[in-house]
Amino acid sequence: MTQQTILRVVAKLLIPYILLFALYVQFHGDYGPGGGFQAGVIFAAAFILYSLVFGLESARRVARPGVVEFLVALGVLVFAGTGIAAMLGGENFLDYDALDPHDPVHGQHLGILLVELGVGITVAATMIAIFFSFAGRRAEK
Amino acid sequence: MQWIDVLLLTLLALTAITVVRMRGLWAAVMLMGIYSFLGASWMLILDAPDVAFTEASVGAGISTILAVATLALTTTRAKKPVQSPAIPLLVVLVTGAVLVYGTLDMPAFGDPNAPAQVYPELSYVEREPAEIDVPNVVTAVLASYRGYDTLGETTVIFTAGIGVLLLLREVRTRRRNGGER
Repeated sequence: MTQQTILRVVAKLLIPYILLFALYVQFHGDYGPGGGFQAGVIFAAAFILYSLVFGLESARRVARPGVVEFLVALGVLVFAGTGIAAMLGGENFLDYDALDPHDPVHGQHLGILLVELGVGITVAATMIAIFFSFAGRRAEK
Repeated sequence: MQWIDVLLLTLLALTAITVVRMRGLWAAVMLMGIYSFLGASWMLILDAPDVAFTEASVGAGISTILAVATLALTTTRAKKPVQSPAIPLLVVLVTGAVLVYGTLDMPAFGDPNAPAQVYPELSYVEREPAEIDVPNVVTAVLASYRGYDTLGETTVIFTAGIGVLLLLREVRTRRRNGGER
């Protein structure tokens, strides 16, 4: 953990806004630039900043490695599961029209939301996991 | 060509050459971040904000952090090459020449008759409001029309994460076993 007060205060101020911006990019991807991929990276950046300023151990207490590794797989499962839900609805794999039989356009909106969420979860968790692995090796050395 | 195109592309080339010639790796990593930001600005000029966004956050953000983390584990100065650079330079020049030769067959930038503009018959931009109806057509293409591709990309990220975890995990377990013995 760094003892530099300015760094710690500025990081504490910034991290909530980074997380908020990541959520904005995630859920506003239908309307503006962005989507799950960019949002996941920004979300992970907040955790990496926390880890750099407050130490790897504190960051691992916030984002437990077991949970992070679970989320790495969960995102892909959400994505593929949306596709399978479309198949159960009687359409092709990943054809979101089936998600709302009465209103295909709404089904598409729902499908895109879920799929982007899956991408975001996997990207954020993977980036955090990779950073923890790199930083963890240094701590052992 | 507008002046900003010339400026950005010149800066891109200059940054790339500087990174190649550099031995100090900290500065090289920082310049790679600058390279990514220049690339992002260039993509923004080409009206591709989604790609620019990704380039800025992944190329300049996460890649830089991971490269710095790697430097902390290894060394911060590149070794002087033992062999003469003549053969690698020749390989690069030949490959580059082949690539440039390949672009000669491509349609001119913005050509209305290019396959990208005329196929599929009805443009996604025209079809999208009736079928999906989200304002950002890029999102519609990525998540719905090309959902298979995006699922594949997500799986690639997943695989990369699992690969890193497996590689670095193994070391940790082996050390722990060594300690118990």
